[in-house]
Amino acid sequence: MATTAPYSEPTAETAAHLDQIWHTPHTLYGRLATVDHKIIGIRYLVTSFVFLALGGLEAAAMRAQLAQPNLHLLSPEAYNQIFTMHGTTMIFWYAAPILSGFSNYLWPLLLGSRDMALPRVNALSYWLFLFSGIFLYSSALVGQMPDRGWFAYAPMTELRYSPALNMDFYALALLFLTISTTVGSINFLVTMLKMRAPGMSINRMPIMIWSTATISLSVLFALPSLSAACTFLFFDRRLAMHFFDSAQGGSPLLWQHLFWIFGHPWVYIVVLPAMGMASMMIPTFCRRPLAGHTYVVMATIMTGLIGFGVWVHHMFATGLPPMAMSFFSAASLTIVIPSAVTVFAWIATLWDSKPVMRTPMLFLLGFVVLFVIGGVSGVMTAALPFDWQLTDTYFVVAHLHYVLIGINLFPVVAAVYYWFPKMTGRMMSERLGRWNFWVMFIGFNLGFFPMHISGLLGMPRRIYTYGGGLGWDVANLVTSIGAYVFAIGVLLFFINVIVSRRTGAVAGDNPWDGGTLEWSVSSPPPEYNFLVIPTVRSREPLWEDRLGSAQRSSIREGPTLAEGRETVGTTPLDAELARVLTMPEDSLLPLALALVTLVLFYGLLLQAWWVAGVAAFGVYIVLNIWLWPKATEPLSEEG
Amino acid sequence: MSVRSRCTGRTPGLGASAAALIAWLGSACAGAPSPFRPASEPAAQLASLGWLLTIIAAIVCVIIMVLVLIPALRGWRATRARELPPLHRGDGERWIVIGGIAIPVVMLLGVFVVTAATLSKTSHPPTRARFMIQVTGHQWWWEVHYPSPDPQQNVTTANEIHIPIGEPIALRVDSRDVIHSFWVPQLHGKIDVIPGQTNTFWFRADSAGVYRGQCAEYCGIQHTHMALQVVAEPRAQFEAWLAQQRRPAVAPGDALALAGRAAFERQACSLCHAIQGTGAAGKLGPDLTHVASRMMLGAGTIPNTPGHLAGWIMNSQTIKPGNDMPQMYIDGASLHAIMAYLATLH
Amino acid sequence: MAASIGIDSRHLLPASTREHPPGWWAMVCLIITEGALFAYFLFSYFYLESMAPQWPPNNLPELKLAGPNTVILIASSFVIWWAARGIAVGQQMRLRIGLLITAIMGVVFLIIQSREYASLKFTASSHAYGSLFITITAFHFAHVVVGVLMILTTELRAWLGHFTAHRHLAVTNTVLYWHFVDIVWLFVFTALYLTPRIWGHS
Repeated sequence: MATTAPYSEPTAETAAHLDQIWHTPHTLYGRLATVDHKIIGIRYLVTSFVFLALGGLEAAAMRAQLAQPNLHLLSPEAYNQIFTMHGTTMIFWYAAPILSGFSNYLWPLLLGSRDMALPRVNALSYWLFLFSGIFLYSSALVGQMPDRGWFAYAPMTELRYSPALNMDFYALALLFLTISTTVGSINFLVTMLKMRAPGMSINRMPIMIWSTATISLSVLFALPSLSAACTFLFFDRRLAMHFFDSAQGGSPLLWQHLFWIFGHPWVYIVVLPAMGMASMMIPTFCRRPLAGHTYVVMATIMTGLIGFGVWVHHMFATGLPPMAMSFFSAASLTIVIPSAVTVFAWIATLWDSKPVMRTPMLFLLGFVVLFVIGGVSGVMTAALPFDWQLTDTYFVVAHLHYVLIGINLFPVVAAVYYWFPKMTGRMMSERLGRWNFWVMFIGFNLGFFPMHISGLLGMPRRIYTYGGGLGWDVANLVTSIGAYVFAIGVLLFFINVIVSRRTGAVAGDNPWDGGTLEWSVSSPPPEYNFLVIPTVRSREPLWEDRLGSAQRSSIREGPTLAEGRETVGTTPLDAELARVLTMPEDSLLPLALALVTLVLFYGLLLQAWWVAGVAAFGVYIVLNIWLWPKATEPLSEEG
Repeated sequence: MSVRSRCTGRTPGLGASAAALIAWLGSACAGAPSPFRPASEPAAQLASLGWLLTIIAAIVCVIIMVLVLIPALRGWRATRARELPPLHRGDGERWIVIGGIAIPVVMLLGVFVVTAATLSKTSHPPTRARFMIQVTGHQWWWEVHYPSPDPQQNVTTANEIHIPIGEPIALRVDSRDVIHSFWVPQLHGKIDVIPGQTNTFWFRADSAGVYRGQCAEYCGIQHTHMALQVVAEPRAQFEAWLAQQRRPAVAPGDALALAGRAAFERQACSLCHAIQGTGAAGKLGPDLTHVASRMMLGAGTIPNTPGHLAGWIMNSQTIKPGNDMPQMYIDGASLHAIMAYLATLH
Repeated sequence: MAASIGIDSRHLLPASTREHPPGWWAMVCLIITEGALFAYFLFSYFYLESMAPQWPPNNLPELKLAGPNTVILIASSFVIWWAARGIAVGQQMRLRIGLLITAIMGVVFLIIQSREYASLKFTASSHAYGSLFITITAFHFAHVVVGVLMILTTELRAWLGHFTAHRHLAVTNTVLYWHFVDIVWLFVFTALYLTPRIWGHS
């Protein structure tokens, strides 16, 4: 719609003015009220890594207990709480939020926007995430951490079998987190639809946008199933209802259906954005665009879709009819194809180039290998009758760690190495990075590969000890050693982050010579991200000249929008200019809303219904203040 | 041994690596209740499928690793030059179509056909089972029930299942409390044990032996110690065992054991445990009518020896913390008598 | 100063088009996920029904109150639609009156629904059917409460003159949400009140 010609190059004065408009003061108020997606993104990353560390400590305790047969380092109660918290923490409070962190930080930079579509919602989703995690871990203070496994099968979670607060913490903390994840996903979807730079039609969208948008839509459809399950559980426990009580017409399998209808899409929710990030990084180091961009996009969407049709493969031993099981077995095998497409897109990208073997690339290649191992072991568990032997054994534990660590943590670490220079302006140590990779990679395989074997030797999961003479000793000892080596690798990573933040080499705007928009701004980016709103004409605007593209994006010239916190809104498909969007100022409302929600959940936990009621009313009040137009611009809410 | 060789014989051409792996499993993991040491026809079917899948998985992994490693090594040399290679457009959609779509589709179709065939061969017994065993899961032990047309002939025992070899056994499982999962890896796959739902399954054993099974679904604090033994024996031996189990407990002959029986009935024991033919009719714990004939105590937690038994009676909480049997306060003389009595319950 | 810097670019941008603003999309997303929640509730209802020997366990739910209540709720959707059409052509009063009538209809629905609860012969803890019936209708009840509150806030803003023919996102979103609440009720009503009459076994 608008051409670039009429714009003139902005002056230093414009930059100073934008600085002033978008600046968040470094005061207590500024820190609590900021809606800057970059600050929120980094908070998400740091908080998720804290949860990773907590989950890791729990894992370390378990591996000490299981290093040899008949050890008594942990009591059975302690072990059961710890393994439950390990799974719950890693899957819900690390694996998904860490990806939200990257998406929050990177999306506006990738899209050529000054912020997310709903910046205050963005702040809200972070505070809710943080407080839900604090709520979950406050169970440790009273010694009543959830103890029924991260998928918490009914009826063991019912009041009759679990009278203390353990599972109330579980049900409520997950409901709490659900709110955070839902509003975060809505924000991503709206941002994807409205906030792309002019010209960034959907075929020019970076893969990472596709993957996070896909899973955000999955979240909208999948997460309510978890919410329903946790609501039913809480009602069963504290309002004497009977959803999962077979004696009164309920069914324990209802929990399993609801949980896995949510749970399997969730697996893709915690891996697809990581795969998307890999698809961003691999081309940079291969010095070429991603092979088969469209195939990868289609594969991403297909994975999100098929993810909804395979939940029953978690329930192959529950006595379902063989016909139904064959169907779900076939569906589960089908999902291999989009994954294979993606893997071969990476291989094709690698194959005709000389990849630059820097630390992120080491992690990415390690990731591809682990992805394939986790994928083929997944095929083994999808092959129904053999799954009767594999399910609920250490084989499944091995499989899910190859998937979650292989496809989430490895690309996440690669992404930190890759985008750390953008976030901080400094490079991470390459030398320590190599050590970091090899210790992690070797430790991981040493720790988790033998789990396949202990599973195939008949070792069930979730046992706090085992007898000698069952043939499981060697595999478990090796696993424990490997787990500790792996932990040292992760520690090296944290050390590298902390040290490089102060002492790393200065990075410059584009240290890897990447092609996407985030590399066009300074490192770290200014608070307003882009001095001018770019106009995009290809997938890699910074590579156009060297790839000989016919069309040229405009990065240095365009609308400056320096009259207030403003950015442009575009149309959903073609990203044509639609309107100027006025963005909100910093605000304490997100924090206030999250705090009131925290009170609400403690009210529910302690069954202090009046507290919950007052807090619910508080939510209503805060929301009204939030949505009320500001007196100075009474008609601004449409932007 | 014969079963194992039969199993590998059924999937020929799997290569030396499989043999090496079996050898390693056999030596380092001797005695493991592994699905890859099948002792029955259905378990062997599953093991064959498992081996096939393992081999395919290994081949795929090796191929992909090679495909990743070659460009990595090439890149490593280039990276040392410290100069970024020029950008290029590249292509490679052929890779995706062939490696990402065509080959996986063919392979997955093959896997699905083999899978479905194995499913139909293993989900139901080839011939009608001659008799049925009912297993009820409890936190944290297995109640085993051999129903008979004549209710007087019903047998109830715990944590030890005797079966005749070479014939399919029908299995009905249900739970008294939470979800458990019945699993004897060497005989067949798992079947979940779900309250309010009776699941049916089957299994068999083709060679005599004792096969360890264990609850596979996390079921609470003592999920760990919820094992069972399946004793597979020739038909005649099995019939003899069953006949013995059908008898009520015989009245003890000596004074000490008689005193033990009285103590058993007097103490809290009889509130939870039943001994057929006596006043003890508790339903909460395992039936002890023939407890002396069993190999293990506490659902596979400890061997059934006098020393372990005494320790279990006095304070099972130190052995299996959290189980439902409280710490007992029994004086030495009564314990001695109870031990003598229990020893008569063959 | 601000104007002098920004002006060169701003006049080149279109002021506003018919494109939906971000807030509208956010509401659509919220409705999608809320709709999914009710879908899982109804899935649970039908799942447990499929395993029950008799469903509902006792009597069929009465249509005496729920039937008219359904009519009221559906009618309210037409009223709010009429009100929203009003502001689209700048008729403030039509908006104010329409919203008020809708809110009143919503409150009437809530009162009748409360009477329905009082007349039930079972509670949420009688059996799983009771748990489902109460939970599903209570969640819907809560959504109607939220809808009424949204309408009342919008009503207040309508009196304060916040809306014009071109700017009334809050009205649009309130209307969207209210339609959603009504449509969900149709599904809930069909599942809980009608299907047992069609294939119920009691």
